[in-house]
Amino acid sequence: MSAPREHGILMRAAQALLAPVLAVAIAMVVGDLLILTYGESPGTVYALLLEGTWGNAYGFGQVLYKTMTLICTGLAFAYAARAGLFNVGAEGQLAAGGFAAALIGLALPVATPAVAAVLLCTAGAMGAGAVTGAVPGVLRARFGASEVIVTIMLNFIVLALLNYAVASHLAVPETLHTEVMQAGFVSRLGAFLPAFAGSAANLTIVIAVIAAVVAWWAMFRTRSGFELRAVGLQPDAAEYGGVNVPRTWLRAMIWSGAFAGLGGINFVLGYKHYYEEGFAAGSGFLGIAVALVGRNHPLGIIAAALLFATLSQGGLAVNALVPKQLVDILQAVVILAVATTVPEVQRLLQRAASAAVRRGSTEQTT
Amino acid sequence: MILLAFVLQTIRIAIPYLLAAAGGVISERVGVIALGLEGMMLAGAFGAVLGSYYGGSAWVGLACAMLAGVIVALIMALCTLRYRADQVVVGIAVNLLVIGATRFFLRLSFDSASNSPRVDGFGGEGSGLGVMASFSNPIVWIGLLALPVLGWLLFRTPFGLRVRAVGEKPEAAATLGVPVRSLQLRGLLLCGILASLGGAYLALDQHQFTDSMTAGRGFIALAAIIFGRWMPLRVAAACLLFAAAETLQIQLQGAQLVPSQFVELIPYVLTIVALAGVVGKSVPPAALGKAQ
Repeated sequence: MSAPREHGILMRAAQALLAPVLAVAIAMVVGDLLILTYGESPGTVYALLLEGTWGNAYGFGQVLYKTMTLICTGLAFAYAARAGLFNVGAEGQLAAGGFAAALIGLALPVATPAVAAVLLCTAGAMGAGAVTGAVPGVLRARFGASEVIVTIMLNFIVLALLNYAVASHLAVPETLHTEVMQAGFVSRLGAFLPAFAGSAANLTIVIAVIAAVVAWWAMFRTRSGFELRAVGLQPDAAEYGGVNVPRTWLRAMIWSGAFAGLGGINFVLGYKHYYEEGFAAGSGFLGIAVALVGRNHPLGIIAAALLFATLSQGGLAVNALVPKQLVDILQAVVILAVATTVPEVQRLLQRAASAAVRRGSTEQTT
Repeated sequence: MILLAFVLQTIRIAIPYLLAAAGGVISERVGVIALGLEGMMLAGAFGAVLGSYYGGSAWVGLACAMLAGVIVALIMALCTLRYRADQVVVGIAVNLLVIGATRFFLRLSFDSASNSPRVDGFGGEGSGLGVMASFSNPIVWIGLLALPVLGWLLFRTPFGLRVRAVGEKPEAAATLGVPVRSLQLRGLLLCGILASLGGAYLALDQHQFTDSMTAGRGFIALAAIIFGRWMPLRVAAACLLFAAAETLQIQLQGAQLVPSQFVELIPYVLTIVALAGVVGKSVPPAALGKAQ
């Protein structure tokens, strides 16, 4: 009796892992070729990459720092994707979140209790992200406007407005950043674990992991998460089953934006304590990669965020041997390879599964 | 004279938009979302400089630019048409890929992280013709003609009818014997070539390649396509409108009437307004993004 169930788990594991593993393998082959073009040995470069990231506490701290933002933008993409929407706007939502956190931190009196200040700044970051995400959500739910295009265009709009606000009103002269905040500091890991000293890793990573757990709970253990996934799988059927599809889309975009906005506190509360133009440029788009490799599952997203953060930090580690831009290429190749192999692997597995079912049914009849 | 300078400057800014938008219209008309325009342009810009530098002539640069655009288009075709990967994801990834690849090869070829050495371009500066010199550049003429010719092709020829059928109802087109996949592949390749010419124009006009030099122009072209509702002549008008706004902003820079950031936003805001359908809704080809 238990045979089909075990088979199901194996299938699910294969489905979840096969495509990402294949994609990373493809990326490594491309990486080998590029490294050889540059006249270096792939083995040496990869060894240096690992040594500079997981091989010492400082490098690992930098990896953790980058992981925090990527978990948030990965969750942002995944949460919308579960409802069948493409949120390509994490870049702008993340910046808006960081900006709001910094503004609140600047406005709070110095004497604000630390916990209250951090909570207020965090809520502000999520709120600003949510508002930025709500715009494409409303346009999609109310007018049927493609959220892909609206979020892309909105990225340009949000970033230009923030740059304007900072450059003409808020910046410290000769810089692209605001004054240092009065309150709302989150400790760096180096404060308790001396090995991490000097790295940007900070306690907001804990908040990101909590966010992932909350996202998992919301997606798989609540009614609205069920509706979210139903709309993502088959909007017509969901509507027929009594789900309010436009409202679900709007809710998905609001939460998606909130997750992206949350990523802003990493730099602002945990690292520099001010907002700076382009503080996490690129992390929004990498979130798409993280969600794809993590198969839109919060657990997978944490793992994928670690992978992409390792690559980003690893680029700096190998820069003496090969241009660090090698890593940008590898990250893009991973996205292309995952996007390409996932449907292919699913087709193959389905074919294998239906063959197994056919075999099973003939065994029963004989 | 001021008006003439304004018109010429507008055309000069519009050429990359016109070329990329022409490519994008073809791509979207056969059902492939044109999110890769930015990457195709950037690849074209790099190819143009690489070819001009090592080939010694802007014409070699032009050929290399088109080759680079075709390579990017082939990568997209392999992922989306052959393996049915999601077009939005592939479009975004291709842009990241080209940014990374051009940086990598910039260091490999010219040992610089920011820019290439100077290349000649199509020249004309020495001829004393001033801004008029840009019209000795063949890319300008291709840019000015691309969308009108495309409009004629799409709406006045049997070939155009087939292309539109593939973008609206591929199953029906296939039933009638239209080679859907092959038209999509050719559309994507043509898109790559045209967009790369847009990038080549930028690079040869500035006589060098600089890191990420297309700076979002592919997305402005995409905005023009949507604002022009996928109709070539309207798209051309949108490109010219966006370019005119930029020109105005450049020429009024001293006056400080509006912050420049706000002028840059015009294409993006207009696109969102068009998509929301406040004044006449912008509706994409029915089968866009659903290539099978």
